[in-house]
Amino acid sequence: MLNASLKELSAALAQRKISSVELTQLFLGRVERLNASLNAFITVDAEKSLVQARAADERIAKGATQPLTGIPVAHKDIFVTRGWRTTCGSKILSNFIGPYDAHVIERFNDAGAVILGKTNMDEFAMGSSTETSFFGPVKNPWGQAYVPGGSSGGSAAAVAARMAPAATGTDTGGSIRQPAALSGLSGLKPTYGLVSRYGMIAFASSLDQGGPMAKSAEDLALLLNVMAGFDARDSTSVERAAEDHVRELDRPLAGLRIGVPREHFGEGLAADVGRAVEAALKEFEKLGAKRVPIVLPNSGLSVPAYYVIAPAEASSNLSRFDGVRYGHRAKEYRDLADMYFRTRAEGFGAEVRRRILIGTYVLSHGYYDAYYLKAQKIRRLIAKDFVAAFKQCDVIVGPTAPTVAFKIGAKAADPVQMYLNDIYTVPVNLAGLPAMSIPCGFGKDDLPVGLHIVGNYFSEAKMLNVAHQYQKATDWHKREPAGVQR
Amino acid sequence: MKWEIVIGLETHAQLSTASKMFSGASTAFGAAPNTQASAVDIALPGVLPVANKAAVERAIRFGLAVGGEKVINRRSVFARKNYFYPDLPKGYQISQYELPIVKGGEIRIPTKSGEKAIRLTRAHLEEDAGKSLHEAFRDSSGIDLNRAGVPLLEIVSEPDMRSAEEAVAYAKALHALVRWIDICDGNMQEGSFRCDANVSVRQPGAPLGTRAEIKNLNSFRFLERAIEFEAKRQIEILDDGGKIVQETRLYDPDRDETRAMRTKEEAHDYRYFPDPDLLPLAVPEKWIEEIKARMPELPEAKRKRYGTDFKISPAVAIQLTASRDKAEFFERSARAADIIMFPAAPQDIAFTIVGEMAGLLNEAGLEFSESPITPEQLAKLRRRVLDGSISSKSAKGVLAEMWVGKGDPDSIISAKGLKQISDAGAIEKIVDQVLAANAKQVEDYRAGKEKAFNSLVGQVMKATQGKANPAQVNEILKRRLAG
Repeated sequence: MLNASLKELSAALAQRKISSVELTQLFLGRVERLNASLNAFITVDAEKSLVQARAADERIAKGATQPLTGIPVAHKDIFVTRGWRTTCGSKILSNFIGPYDAHVIERFNDAGAVILGKTNMDEFAMGSSTETSFFGPVKNPWGQAYVPGGSSGGSAAAVAARMAPAATGTDTGGSIRQPAALSGLSGLKPTYGLVSRYGMIAFASSLDQGGPMAKSAEDLALLLNVMAGFDARDSTSVERAAEDHVRELDRPLAGLRIGVPREHFGEGLAADVGRAVEAALKEFEKLGAKRVPIVLPNSGLSVPAYYVIAPAEASSNLSRFDGVRYGHRAKEYRDLADMYFRTRAEGFGAEVRRRILIGTYVLSHGYYDAYYLKAQKIRRLIAKDFVAAFKQCDVIVGPTAPTVAFKIGAKAADPVQMYLNDIYTVPVNLAGLPAMSIPCGFGKDDLPVGLHIVGNYFSEAKMLNVAHQYQKATDWHKREPAGVQR
Repeated sequence: MKWEIVIGLETHAQLSTASKMFSGASTAFGAAPNTQASAVDIALPGVLPVANKAAVERAIRFGLAVGGEKVINRRSVFARKNYFYPDLPKGYQISQYELPIVKGGEIRIPTKSGEKAIRLTRAHLEEDAGKSLHEAFRDSSGIDLNRAGVPLLEIVSEPDMRSAEEAVAYAKALHALVRWIDICDGNMQEGSFRCDANVSVRQPGAPLGTRAEIKNLNSFRFLERAIEFEAKRQIEILDDGGKIVQETRLYDPDRDETRAMRTKEEAHDYRYFPDPDLLPLAVPEKWIEEIKARMPELPEAKRKRYGTDFKISPAVAIQLTASRDKAEFFERSARAADIIMFPAAPQDIAFTIVGEMAGLLNEAGLEFSESPITPEQLAKLRRRVLDGSISSKSAKGVLAEMWVGKGDPDSIISAKGLKQISDAGAIEKIVDQVLAANAKQVEDYRAGKEKAFNSLVGQVMKATQGKANPAQVNEILKRRLAG
């Protein structure tokens, strides 16, 4: 059951081989045993999960099931969840109980899925290692000295360690794909606007996008079917007909044009990662795909542009955490200004404070044009690069991250080194495109390598098809970390 | 030295929508604190704004009224104005900055030297903040977020006004207009319409002087007093060789003075940037056309039409179009008049409306739409004056009876026996009797004493208990005395 696909779990539930309560208890048991060492979950509430599991069993008994009914799913603690503590990995929300459900949570509830718990994350999703969480760092199940990636590192570790069959994440600059890569999982960031951001605590509104993390592309397709869809409460949600992301999975890849961007194979790419990606490209050729060399000339500007735009939006988005209405408030203060200073200085960690400062600076009078406006121009250039590239190819493939997982603490003191981890994933967010990461081998210290697949706007079904065909031909995605078995 | 006062106004008009600018919460005034604040209004984590279409439509109506289609930006952008304050839950206000929904337009105001156009810089949509309550609590302040998110249209004028009087005329014209086009209830006590005044002084012809901004003036009187005080203050400083500091000031109505609130150096850096939660606001042509088709006839068009259709003077037309229901009252009344028999009837009705009717309603605190006298009843009353049935003087009495609900003017006239004697034969008979009985006055008149004539008229009126048509009495008397 621990290694079963969602389809298999669904079938087992339908055939009464297992009940949702039993399945939920199985995974809760894993969480209980492993979370103390991995720290993947911030909040677990077995009672609440089991109430949902019992309701799912009733639904199954009536035959009124959907593909995910009865299946436990772990949610990144960025999704506001009614009755559940929702912290966003921060001290400032450490006492915040969700008064409503995020759109994504609503969709999973409607589908009859069970909330298994809330997963650890970089504070306010700001980080690439899940080390900035107020609740402590998450450890990589493939090697506990290593980071699982971030910011959705809790979700990644939870699925990698088989503490959850699947999880949700959010991706602002790579926060689904990079931890998926570093933890040997499949993760998908949808086209901006496909998954509603309502109830997803904002980091950088124009870049944030929720998506699924799981063991295979097939699982991702099922999860995306639940998560995607128009929501009038999010003005950036795209109104379009619902799509079945499972439908295209079995299409053969013969004739597929795979764009290989020169810029993603240059300096900075670790040799072990390069080798694994090269092998994957060969595998695709075997499957009938064609390699097309492409260029993304402005790719190199994406990290600087991102680190202007994302902090700018964050500095404003995080202003609401002021200690006035909810969340942490300093115990003692002299006056209003002092209350703000102390509350926010105590409530936010160093990385969050750094980004608020950067964001405030780049939006300041006299600096706005030089930083924010310029970054927006670069953003348009980057999007144009992709438009041009997609005239020559169907998907773009490369490495998800330049290296395999690094050691906990290795980059914590050097923010720029940390930021460069997102060099291949960030351009996708700036352009609003969909992309995913799937396992494609192992590198140094037997740590997983992720393959980055970027699709054109709303081509999630095509991307999933490409990934699924690859996973049918390979078994990298079926490997599990040895250290956390039994 | 001679100084010229220069004034520009920024006016916040609360748009009369049922729900808020970016949430579904109610905008009704006077509810218990924080009962009309939704998850979006209190800025819970994760919530998102959705622009209210009804508010956008009202902004478009305003644009159409002040400048037509050309002043409406087909694409405008919501921006965040960032600052910390407890009654600003998100830590930023959503407003429009670089691209407002309305750019340009003008408001025409009456001045002593004729009509003057005040140019508008822009009008933009934004949300209101909440309210801090400092009095009710010891050692802390209360926050009421019912107002937070209420839709506002901020209307910014060019510095085109040259006196407190002009500023008030502009504010009044704007106030009348927003009510006319049904986008704001204009309630100044409840804060639905409030002005900030930018005041500076200069030598005529010189470049603009340094300005002070006086915040939150919520009555026309305060607006006038504040500008007058502020201009005087600035002139005194300059006359003494001092310099004006650019600053924000508050008007204190109790002490009738303005006081410094913060200087330019202390001003916030609001770090405006486009709100990434909201797409640029696109206004399709078709929507503008639909809104245009539903627009009421505007005061200026009405005034023009009153001149050509009814020969109403511009001065009276301005008064008739002070509000939409006053104009409607006039138009219904004029329609009920017999213009073929009495071409001057509309003018006569107009005079009564801007005179006696306005007086009665004003005293009772009623709008024209709430008048106990219908426009049709008024037309009938004035017809009885025009056709000579009653005197202008008795008409006043009849109007008073109609006001207290006695109904139809004809039944009041007959019940009170007010009908004039307009039968020439009957009047002649009485005139002859009076002349026969007052030989001395007749002699005096014929000897050139004009005064004697008035005495004879008085005798005739007395003999008819005031019911004789005075014009006819004059005419017959003159004829008889001449003969």
